Amino acid sequence: MYNFDFERPSTVDEAVKALQAEDAQALGGGQTLIPTLKQRLAAPAKLVSLAGIAAMRFVKTEGGKLCVGGGTPHAVVADEAAKSFPALAKLAANIGDPAVRNKGTVGGSLANNDPSACYPSAALACGATIVTNSREITADDFFQGMFETALEEGEIITEVRFPIPQAANYQKFEQPASRFALTGIFVAKYPDGVRVAVTGASGDGVFRWTEAEKALSANFSADAIAGLSVDPDGMIEDLHGSAAYRAHLVKVLTGRAVTAAR
Amino acid sequence: MPKDGHIGPATKRREDLRFLTGKGRYTDDINIRGQAYAQFLRSNVAHGRIRGVDTAAAESMPGVIRIFTGKDFEGIGGLPCGWQVTDKHGQPMLEPGHPVLAQGKVRHVGDPIAVVVAETESQARDAVEAIEVDIEELSAVVDMKAAVKEGAPLVHDDIGSNLCYDWGFVEENKAAVDEAFAKADHVTTLELVNQRLTANPMEPRVAVGDYDNTTDQHTLYTTSQNPHVIRLLMGAFVLGIPEHKLRVVAPDVGGGFGSKIFHYAEEAFVTFAAKAINRPVKWTSSRSEAFLSDAQGRDHVTKIQLALDKQGHFQALRTETYANMGAYLSTFAPSVPTWLHGTLMAGNYKTPLIYVNVKAVFTNTVPVDAYRGAGRPEATYQLERVIDKAAREMGIDPIELRRKNFVTEFPYATPVAVEYDTGDYEATMAKLEEIADLKGFEARAAESKKNGKLRGLGVNCYIEACGIAPSHLVGQLGARAGLYESATVRVNATGSLTVMTGSHSHGQGHETAFPQVVADMIGIDPSMIEIVHGDTANTPMGMGTYGSRSLAVGGSAIVRATNKIIDKAKKIAAHLLEASEADIELKDGKFSVSGTDKSVDWAGVTLAAYVPHNYPLESLEPGLEETAFYDPSNFTYPSGAYACEVEVDPDTGKVTICSFAAADDFGNIVNPMIVDGQVHGGIGQGIGQALLENTVYDENGQLLSASYMDYAMPRASDVPFYTVDHSCQTPCTHNPLGVKGCGEAGAIGSPPAVVNAVVDALRRGGHDVTHIDMPLSPARVWEAMQK
Amino acid sequence: MPKVSMTVNGKPVSGEVEGRTLLVQFLRETLGLTGTHVGCDTSQCGACTVHVGGKSVKSCTTFALDCDGAEVATIEGMANADGSLGTIQQAFQDHHGLQCGFCTPGMVMSAAALLKENPKPTEAEVRHYLEGNICRCTGYHNIVKAILAASGQDISAIAAE
Repeated sequence: MYNFDFERPSTVDEAVKALQAEDAQALGGGQTLIPTLKQRLAAPAKLVSLAGIAAMRFVKTEGGKLCVGGGTPHAVVADEAAKSFPALAKLAANIGDPAVRNKGTVGGSLANNDPSACYPSAALACGATIVTNSREITADDFFQGMFETALEEGEIITEVRFPIPQAANYQKFEQPASRFALTGIFVAKYPDGVRVAVTGASGDGVFRWTEAEKALSANFSADAIAGLSVDPDGMIEDLHGSAAYRAHLVKVLTGRAVTAAR
Repeated sequence: MPKDGHIGPATKRREDLRFLTGKGRYTDDINIRGQAYAQFLRSNVAHGRIRGVDTAAAESMPGVIRIFTGKDFEGIGGLPCGWQVTDKHGQPMLEPGHPVLAQGKVRHVGDPIAVVVAETESQARDAVEAIEVDIEELSAVVDMKAAVKEGAPLVHDDIGSNLCYDWGFVEENKAAVDEAFAKADHVTTLELVNQRLTANPMEPRVAVGDYDNTTDQHTLYTTSQNPHVIRLLMGAFVLGIPEHKLRVVAPDVGGGFGSKIFHYAEEAFVTFAAKAINRPVKWTSSRSEAFLSDAQGRDHVTKIQLALDKQGHFQALRTETYANMGAYLSTFAPSVPTWLHGTLMAGNYKTPLIYVNVKAVFTNTVPVDAYRGAGRPEATYQLERVIDKAAREMGIDPIELRRKNFVTEFPYATPVAVEYDTGDYEATMAKLEEIADLKGFEARAAESKKNGKLRGLGVNCYIEACGIAPSHLVGQLGARAGLYESATVRVNATGSLTVMTGSHSHGQGHETAFPQVVADMIGIDPSMIEIVHGDTANTPMGMGTYGSRSLAVGGSAIVRATNKIIDKAKKIAAHLLEASEADIELKDGKFSVSGTDKSVDWAGVTLAAYVPHNYPLESLEPGLEETAFYDPSNFTYPSGAYACEVEVDPDTGKVTICSFAAADDFGNIVNPMIVDGQVHGGIGQGIGQALLENTVYDENGQLLSASYMDYAMPRASDVPFYTVDHSCQTPCTHNPLGVKGCGEAGAIGSPPAVVNAVVDALRRGGHDVTHIDMPLSPARVWEAMQK
Repeated sequence: MPKVSMTVNGKPVSGEVEGRTLLVQFLRETLGLTGTHVGCDTSQCGACTVHVGGKSVKSCTTFALDCDGAEVATIEGMANADGSLGTIQQAFQDHHGLQCGFCTPGMVMSAAALLKENPKPTEAEVRHYLEGNICRCTGYHNIVKAILAASGQDISAIAAE
């Protein structure tokens, strides 16, 4: 790791201010950033840890939405959302491993937008609102391709608001080594329609499978997508699976998610 | 040896106390006052010519003490290879140089070019980045068959070929084998890959060099399975340091699995640099660095053919294998695809004619050497896979086909140069059928089908040659070392014992099992015995731990030394008891005169040895300390039968291991708990190879599986509880303990069982699949189902 | 250099660190608590697992300065006050849940965190919980068995000796 200054503010305002320094970078749980720093693939002059900001750690329901503080670890979401939004709690409970879940945060995961991360699929399938220190961004606008988001330099995710669906489910098919999603599907059913978000499969990061959404909005059953197929073009191809395999998994897992949705 | 006393019980491990409380002392826990830190600049291209290394900017970085490049090692010996294979024409293998730091060329990603020694590890790493290297990138060779084609880029220009050797075994039998194939009723052919693996002991390698300029004494602390071997190789062949000026210490070592047998450049570097800067120098590998610098394992591409008669009797076997050596010859690399592989091709079967051809090939990849099983898993895998395929082709039950061909009479001389002393393959197969409940399989398969899953059963046998090895034999085969083991037993005045062994424990539990042996022989409590190992300063010259040899060879040395102790103690006891030595009996730690009630206890004799007031000084030296070297007269031949049941998800190709059973014959057992643990671990690694692990390079020689993000290590959720049994015991006839070795069996026997099971599951599911190359990842299994 | 203070195994400690100093480096190098090990650099092997504020974390993926004021527990603090092995440690010895010992501190710390959250886990729950702890020696059989035994459950039905 290159060396850097380390700051640990206790409020969002202090953090925003600290991030104005040149080459300053926010540190969430660090579960992706720290390994990246170890490889010397990033060289921030200053790291601003968000772990000390108590106001960014919460899980609550408000107006049919599950609201999660941007600094809330996955383990806390897994526990506290278990009743109000079980599909999201289950997603959180299967990210990484217990030690990673105690540190990694929802804000950090979304801000990083790893193409194989779990959370982006939930945010996109739910049409979540990503709240930052300066604005609100809809999930459809937020994700802008692999590791790319709408966040500006120094902008911090303070909260994520997930509209609670009538039924939902997340199906994660693990990459055998990293245990990230080789392909992951989040299906969320709302009164005005069904949304299906796919992670792990596409080189462009998380995306919505709109054909399936249309079919499932008309008939929320695995049979509804039986006639659909997924175009392998643009899917990730690596030593863990071909583009065709990932395309196939998208369909299989979507069917399973629909069947399992509660 | 009787199974009472201290040989046989599942004694809990004494070494656990320190490991469970954070008091283990691993090499990275060693910090010497004033130590500096080394960090390596490694090649990021697989093949290239070094035009220049500019260290000027780096030298002025904070904390930098000195920067070393290939120039500093000009005229200094390279890393030696410990085994010379002779090819089928009687010519020695091609043996290129292996410099400590690259000389002129880099030959794999990770090849060390320069080293910064600095005050802190971070400063050293910072300065490594400031070194400017000018490399002319050359075309890399990665694929073995491409590497031996005319016009392929040469990994080593000076030896003129990428073919290290072309080995035929037994060359004189080739014509007869071919003739048998021509006449055979049935020939089964299978082409397969035994993929490259990375050993991945959880402790990465570490080396700390220390130097005392007042005595010219070098000390190397290193993560090694065999400190004396490192002392010999590094001292005699690399740095020219005589043994009495070089101490090598391998303290607690966090697993090895073969990858810590070999002498590595980093060990030579820290030893060299400590003298050069007159300060201790420490290097700690990161896991990422380990993927680029630890010798890797397996990597065979094989075509195997089995000739059978109409009834299914094996008539002949022939194989052609390409074995990857990587960019340099690691310490024992040439022996792995030859003598540790070809000699095992008979397996458990009386195939009368066998011919094995192996082409060892240099490529621009990390060197390949022994990994748990070393050559024997490769042999077992191809043999047990081709037998399964033959069974299907001929419509014979795979277990029945194996039984039909079992070796049943011992000793049995195979057509591939080894003689099995004992075994009972029918017994282990029958035991397997019982413990794996093979009768119940069809019912379980039906249940799986109801749940939408394809269930399959895979069974195989294995044999291995362990207890490496008779020195005179391996000498004839090209080993440049003896393969005996040593022990010194020091009896202290009050009767306690210190046993110094040349074996090295890095997880095997020697500190517990070896005292069981000695305690049993003398009839005292094991707590009276302490084991010392891993330090050339206080153990006799030993060859270390690998090849499942510690108990069979190291334990036998301890038995011999203890027998010498007992012989001498009896003389002392005879004197004390005023009796004839022939009448002295030792039982339960007491010497008595047979037929009388006269006795003296163990401590009475040991005290007399060191306080020789009443002692036969005219005929016997005082003291009680003996050393023995044991050189085995044959390998040992553990064997067994393994069964795996899997479920395949037909939609995703994901394989779940439902059960795994192992029936092994290890001969006599000293500590069944430790034996079970060894088998469990081996099976875990074998399942890892079968389903998960793969070391993959792209066509430019870049390592794609360079971290745990892409190299799939088996996790707890990937494996079931295993059912293991070692009640079938045909003791080894040629070592005093009757033991055979259990360290590698699990890793040797398990991959074919898993693959056989998956192929079985797919065929039951209606898929015309005859083979899938490991690892059987979900993607590969799914693709096989699409054909 | 910045100063960091925390409580480790009940004792207040402090030291000067760099921004980039990881918790595991502070434990091993500054405090000399070498029981916590480093087995990888991608936050997967779990040999470095410790507890911070009662929760398991990977000390190789945590900055020392982020633990300022925290309560940290390591393998060195897991034995009973009289020095005898704690329940989980004892179960690991009784059931041969370790071989080379390198992953063991992390395994014990993860097991302790599991049993705190879930005092009677099933076999599947134990295996799932160990997702972030890699062992290369044991094939996991005896680790899982040891943890089930430490939870006070009957393990006599588990295959093998």
